[in-house]
Amino acid sequence: MASIDIKGVRKVYPGNVKAIHALDLSIEDGEMVVLVGPSGCGKSTLLRMIAGLETITDGTISIGSDVVNRKEPAERDIAMVFQNYALYPHMSVRQNLEYGLKNRGTPRDEIDRRVTEAARILEITPFLERKPRQLSGGQRQRVAMGRAIVRQPKAFLFDEPLSNLDAKLRGQMRIEIRRLQRNLKTTSVYVTHDQLEAMTLADRLVVMNGGRIEQVGKPIDLYDRPASLFVAGFIGSPPMNLIPVEQLRALAGAAMPVLPEGTDILGIRPDGIMVGGSGGIPLSGVVELIEPVGGESHLYVRVEGIDQVLILVLQGRAEVAETERVDFVLPVAALHGFNRESGKRVE
Amino acid sequence: MDTKRTVFPSQGLPYLLVAPQIIITLIFFIWPAGQAVKSSFEREDPFGLATSFVGLSHYVRLFQDPAYLASIGRTAVFALAVTVISMGLALILAVAVNRLIRSATTYSTLLLWPYAVSPVVAGILWWFLFNSSTGILPYMLSFFGVDWNHQLNGTHAMILIIVAASWKQISYNFLFFLAGMQSVPQSLNEAAAIDGAGPFKRFWTIVFPLLSPTTFFLLIVNLNYTMFDTFGVIDATTTGGPNQATNILVYKVYTDGYIGLNLGSSSAQSVILMLFVIALTVIQFRYVERRVQY
Ligand SMILES: Nc1ncnc2c1ncn2[C@@H]1O[C@H](COP(=O)(O)OP(=O)(O)O)[C@@H](O)[C@H]1O
Ligand SMILES: [Mg+2]
Repeated sequence: MASIDIKGVRKVYPGNVKAIHALDLSIEDGEMVVLVGPSGCGKSTLLRMIAGLETITDGTISIGSDVVNRKEPAERDIAMVFQNYALYPHMSVRQNLEYGLKNRGTPRDEIDRRVTEAARILEITPFLERKPRQLSGGQRQRVAMGRAIVRQPKAFLFDEPLSNLDAKLRGQMRIEIRRLQRNLKTTSVYVTHDQLEAMTLADRLVVMNGGRIEQVGKPIDLYDRPASLFVAGFIGSPPMNLIPVEQLRALAGAAMPVLPEGTDILGIRPDGIMVGGSGGIPLSGVVELIEPVGGESHLYVRVEGIDQVLILVLQGRAEVAETERVDFVLPVAALHGFNRESGKRVE
Repeated sequence: MDTKRTVFPSQGLPYLLVAPQIIITLIFFIWPAGQAVKSSFEREDPFGLATSFVGLSHYVRLFQDPAYLASIGRTAVFALAVTVISMGLALILAVAVNRLIRSATTYSTLLLWPYAVSPVVAGILWWFLFNSSTGILPYMLSFFGVDWNHQLNGTHAMILIIVAASWKQISYNFLFFLAGMQSVPQSLNEAAAIDGAGPFKRFWTIVFPLLSPTTFFLLIVNLNYTMFDTFGVIDATTTGGPNQATNILVYKVYTDGYIGLNLGSSSAQSVILMLFVIALTVIQFRYVERRVQY
């Protein structure tokens, strides 16, 4: 086990494609860090540089106390779980698990002990003699995890490992990965574009955008205090409502609170808006659409006076119907201020 | 899986459309093959006026004929050598080209050219290169103390036809190996690299086993090629000589039939070859699809 230190790392692909711009990140020993961001933001590139599958254009990556820039993937003592699992199709599950240990000259009895243990933990013992193509998606995923844990590496690297599973299985595997990582306490870097997966798995969340880090922190801190418009829009589902200040000021009149210098966009989470109630900016609008999601309902409301649709999350069943008018308030404490030009949060 | 079905307006049209292919196959393949089978059981008098049924006697005599048995041995040597050399070199070239990122297509195209050359021209090309008085290769070999003369030396002649036949076949094998390698997902190589396998080990434990369907397919195709499709190469270079040293089965059918005018024996030989090609094809169809999968 080890910490991972990324200092001033850049990646330029042939053809002058700048995938990562001078990036710093420290990952502590035993921590699970999730890299999240839209497709093409450079998550996989960063992960593959840690793994040694891509060269590092500039800067240094250290695992433990060693700078690994010049080391082969095999010498970095990390394990990786790929999106397509990358199981060796011509080998049985057992051979897949053994491959990495054999290549490192692990003694036979030690190999058997570790494979048996990993198979037990992941509940794949009954499939050990099968070929990957005889397994379901979820079982393959477990084998891919098994191949990582038998190695007892310094770090696990995951590149969207759950993307190929259906929603239900994805939920289950997410919990299992979390539990496994907690038990083994192996430093992990997990890449995903799914913000829910990111929020639930991460000790620390790294939101990336266009090859740069937007914000790093505990998932709940990022949710509560997004540092930029990008993070505000990316973390949380349904996404945060963003309203231009001038339009709101015209509507709210005296109810408009005093805002810090430079605030020109206000954000509010869909569950922060209160239907009825008082003590905030009072607004009203027409319900265009209701999505009942079971325990809560999502209301799409077109605000009167400003031509914008806000999303409201109500607990339980909605008391209003579509096309009806609804009054609500934006509580001042729930508002987030942003500057449009810099895209940054304003305090 | 969905299967596309085309509905024809009239019942007869589909048959009409496949008719040319069927007719060509009947006239140029099935009918001559039938004739060969028939005449392999018959003896014809020297003037071609009378034929008599002789049963299996052509076959029996063939397998008692030391010249025929020797030809089987030579064919085996030739077929195995060409298959091993052309597949081996093709594999090495495919590995090399597969590592290239930018110029891969250029190299692939250049490596394909020999395949476009007809067997006769390929044979003549190598005959010139190996010509004992004017060729460049004998000149170079002379520095190593080799006195090259494929017109007198049977081993030299065999090497010549092996080289000429392999050279042509490398292109074909290369293309299949390259396509096979490119269909091995890159992530498998990466996973193996992380699992501590060096490039050499990755090739032998991951890529090569995954190529086994391609390898098996090529094995059959190459055996077929060397045994039946190399007439042109031999006719253009050694014409079976010197002293029968390169008279492989397919060429012997011709020499015994058209030059020796022993049509019965020649027919029996071609029937044996035909059975062989049928056997290889059956193996290919039965096993390529199923057993050599992973
Ligand atoms: N091998 C490559 N060559 C050139 N550009 C690449 C290569 N791999 C990725 N890129 C580019 O780098 C950027 C980041 O890619 P990637 O790290 O795969 O994104 P993500 O995993 O976040 O979706 C993208 O713009 C992508 O097009
Ligand atoms: Mg990716």
